Amino acid sequence: MKHLLSIADLSAEEITRILDTAVSMHEVQDRQVKKLPTLRGRTIINFFFEDSTRTRASFEIAGKWMSADTINLTGKGTSVSKGESLRDTVMTIDAMGVDMMVIRHPASGAPAQVADWTDCAIVNAGDGTHEHPSQALLDAYTLRRALGDLRGRHVAIVGDLTHSRVLRSNLLCLRALGAQVTLVAPPTLMPSGAGPWAAADGFELSYDLDAVLPTVDAVMMLRVQRERMSGGYFPTAREYAVTYGLTARRLGLLQDHAVIAHPGPMNRGLEISADAADAARSLVLDQVSAGVAVRMSILYHLLAGEGDAA
Amino acid sequence: MSPAREREAAPPTGAAGPPGGREVLTGEEIRRALKRVAHEILEGNKGADDLVLLGIPTRGVPLADRLAAAVAAVEGTAVPTGSLDITMYRDDLRSQPTRAPEPMKVPAGGVDGKVVVLVDDVLYSGRTVRAALDSLADLGRPAAVRLAVLVDRGHRELPIRADYVGKNLPTSRSERVMVRLHEADDAEGVWIA
Repeated sequence: MKHLLSIADLSAEEITRILDTAVSMHEVQDRQVKKLPTLRGRTIINFFFEDSTRTRASFEIAGKWMSADTINLTGKGTSVSKGESLRDTVMTIDAMGVDMMVIRHPASGAPAQVADWTDCAIVNAGDGTHEHPSQALLDAYTLRRALGDLRGRHVAIVGDLTHSRVLRSNLLCLRALGAQVTLVAPPTLMPSGAGPWAAADGFELSYDLDAVLPTVDAVMMLRVQRERMSGGYFPTAREYAVTYGLTARRLGLLQDHAVIAHPGPMNRGLEISADAADAARSLVLDQVSAGVAVRMSILYHLLAGEGDAA
Repeated sequence: MSPAREREAAPPTGAAGPPGGREVLTGEEIRRALKRVAHEILEGNKGADDLVLLGIPTRGVPLADRLAAAVAAVEGTAVPTGSLDITMYRDDLRSQPTRAPEPMKVPAGGVDGKVVVLVDDVLYSGRTVRAALDSLADLGRPAAVRLAVLVDRGHRELPIRADYVGKNLPTSRSERVMVRLHEADDAEGVWIA
């Protein structure tokens, strides 16, 4: 494993290995001295061409807790705003001798492109509407902690699926771990190729959230990405909240053991109500806490060894 | 091949049967050695107060549990045990494929002010113990740290020695020492090949 560009590049064994290692990393979070010497002398650049709170902070914390030197760069305030191309920017950084770049970019495929240009390890921290593999791994980790083995478990992924990179990564990851998945969205927000993909891969599609909720072990609400929407995907925010939001009424449809996940940031009152977000069965903050542990595990597997583990 | 790597040549996890070669300790001899080591630990510590036994995975962990049981049989007090994973502290991470770390288990009372006895199966280069000492320093500040091993095979590369030794085993660097314990393997004993 040299890069983490897509969940599709990982076998079920590799996913399990990353999640198992994250269990050990999670324990570091409860220590007084939150520091492992594992990546001493390694340099990691977090290159964020798009806004981020939790992904950037947790990659930075993960690197620091493993003793790597981490540096954050954003699109604003760098030569990118002077018109420097992506290639020239990353080649400049690469020439400084960094070991890893963690890249978030609005263009799908940008991290894979960078991986072709440079020799350093590349982690995709979200590219356009393509993938967000570290998020899927931490979601799987959180669900596994709450539910045990995910084989045969039923997970509904609900919301703005067309614009979601979390969807593709999560779908691939959950399927690889043997979970049963149902995608729920209004027809306008269901990705165009979902039908044939679902038929080929054996997951379900639904437009009816009320019918799906009583059968799930976990429901994952995805954010309505208003910044990526140009047209009228749904009439009003109110109508979306009533038909596809996880409202207080819908909480009652869930089985007793079923849990709620949301990758954040949440639009409270739109796709998720305050009652659901703050419920005891909500894993939202567990996901954030798991984010650091899972990202430590990713850094460990990409940077610590001689690199032939794959 | 450096000694640290040779140690890795044994499968880090997973059960293994009798490895072949010359058997240097039988299961019964392991039992007697551990019983003696338990007595020596109690003698050195003047009782079981503030003792914590931390095993180094994989086979140090069942050895620590066995020592704790032997101590309990003598003193009648339970001694906290745990496991101390050192994967993240190794000095040879870059020269081999990454491996999943073993779970870390520290007793509820922590290690601050305790007399920690590190327990491992084979003492060889001393690099594992060096890593364990670094790992322990991140967990807290023990009053003292001791080292108990089932087999000391010599060839130290660092200024490290064991306080309690089950058996001193003179070896050459080309030989391999293989420990099998029934908690982790399908056999019990120590072989040299």
